Amino acid sequence: MAQLAFRNVTLGYDRHPAVHHLNGEVAPGALVAVIGPNGAGKSTLLRGIVGILKPLDGSIHLGGLDARDIAYLPQSADIDRTFPISVFDFVGTGLWRATSLFGGIGKAAREKILRAIASVGLNGFENRPIGTLSGGQMQRVLFARVLLQDARLIVLDEPFNAIDSKTTVDLLALVKHWHGEGRTVLAALHDMEMVRTHFSETLILARGPVAWGPTAEVLTPENLMVAMRMCEAFDDTAAACAADGVSSRAA
Amino acid sequence: MVYDALIGPFTEFEFMRRALAAVIALSLAGAPIGVFLMLRRMSLVGDAMAHAILPGAAIGFLLSGLNLFAMTAGGLIAGFAVAILAGVVARSTGLKEDASLATFYLASLALGVTIVSIKGTNIDLLHVLFGNILAMDDQTLLVVAFNATVTLLVLAVIYRPLVIESVDPLFLRTVSRAGGPAHLAFLALVVVNLVNGFQALGTLLAVGLMILPAGIARFWTRDLTAMICIAVVAAAVAGYAGLVLSFQTRVPSGPAIILVATVLYIVSVLFGRVGGVVRQMFPGRHLEA
Repeated sequence: MAQLAFRNVTLGYDRHPAVHHLNGEVAPGALVAVIGPNGAGKSTLLRGIVGILKPLDGSIHLGGLDARDIAYLPQSADIDRTFPISVFDFVGTGLWRATSLFGGIGKAAREKILRAIASVGLNGFENRPIGTLSGGQMQRVLFARVLLQDARLIVLDEPFNAIDSKTTVDLLALVKHWHGEGRTVLAALHDMEMVRTHFSETLILARGPVAWGPTAEVLTPENLMVAMRMCEAFDDTAAACAADGVSSRAA
Repeated sequence: MVYDALIGPFTEFEFMRRALAAVIALSLAGAPIGVFLMLRRMSLVGDAMAHAILPGAAIGFLLSGLNLFAMTAGGLIAGFAVAILAGVVARSTGLKEDASLATFYLASLALGVTIVSIKGTNIDLLHVLFGNILAMDDQTLLVVAFNATVTLLVLAVIYRPLVIESVDPLFLRTVSRAGGPAHLAFLALVVVNLVNGFQALGTLLAVGLMILPAGIARFWTRDLTAMICIAVVAAAVAGYAGLVLSFQTRVPSGPAIILVATVLYIVSVLFGRVGGVVRQMFPGRHLEA
């Protein structure tokens, strides 16, 4: 059974689609890069997968996963870093599945949190407010929280944006480690070289699927050119969509 | 001498003891709510809501005079109505929620003052606008204490989702559906505490004992728990000192409390450890790491 299945999915805002008619499946344990120009719908698609955004049309199937079996790493811009919360407490929110509203953080949970923080190289940062961290350190904190969530499906929204090469290497190693453990990983990315080298499967988006399959076959100059030519559109006078959804891929 | 000035009024007069108990209850519940209002960038929303409760309280006054229960119930209904209406208008028209709220609160303030003027005197109007904590009776004090207790209990229930929703709302939506209910419960607590403060400080100053202590605490710590504790202590100190000031100088009690809180705020702006002016001018020698 597929870990993720898209059935004629259209996602967007106020009836305006950002991703049209996506069909296809992601196998359990796959490592998928989602690429495309700005405004292509990458973040929208990931938000649809994790349940933040309801599809305007079609459906997304999670292969029997509970929503709590999904870990989501949002873009840093979506986080209010002026809020007075420490690295320890922020990472600790990754234990929500176990703690929920009232569960305490016992000795075992405390050690788990400390281990996750240490795993991303932030030993000694536990009591630092997140507002005092650099961009790269904040990204490590977000990865530590994902680690703690221990999820079957991991969804990463531009996880390597604006961070230095050492941090990228460290965090990419974590992604590959998760893949090695058999977890399914989807990541929205911009670095084509990284995608080519490390991700076995790629979905090119341009407000709809351009191509989806093994990276070596999909990442061609022709497909990238098609994606680059995507026109951004948000037309209040647009007619209702009449397309019935063209299958882009069935794994 | 010092005893007479600072302690005497409370040992001697029952109304001063009641007022002190009321400001402590208001501080315990209102200050934590104020911290979250500030951190969620909703300080002015709180101010607008404070005005929004006026017509309801005024209708209560019109029907039952200066009756606590009628005015509290009216204030709660008006507060929720304006919050919901402003939200509906914002979502259905694209108008920003703060602009929508500003429209409603101005209309509410005008309507409330008009209603009070129909039946009441200028003294009643002053009571509604600025409160009178020194005139608080046992019944009112019990209601204030009850509201404060409910606030702390509800806040304890929604604390975790409220914190996560404030810092990373998208994450919370992926792991739980508690964010929406927590936000609504928080808005309800804002209204409850404004109505609570309304009795003591009036509609124009009710939000003062919530927001000013939060602003004070922000200058002393970067830790949320410490921030809440400092805000509660600052509110209680302002309340106590304001009552003493009012007793000794005959300044109205509500404005006296808010003025003391303002002085504490100015001291914090100048000397606060986190971002205070003096600290920025004379930061000391830099550290090694």
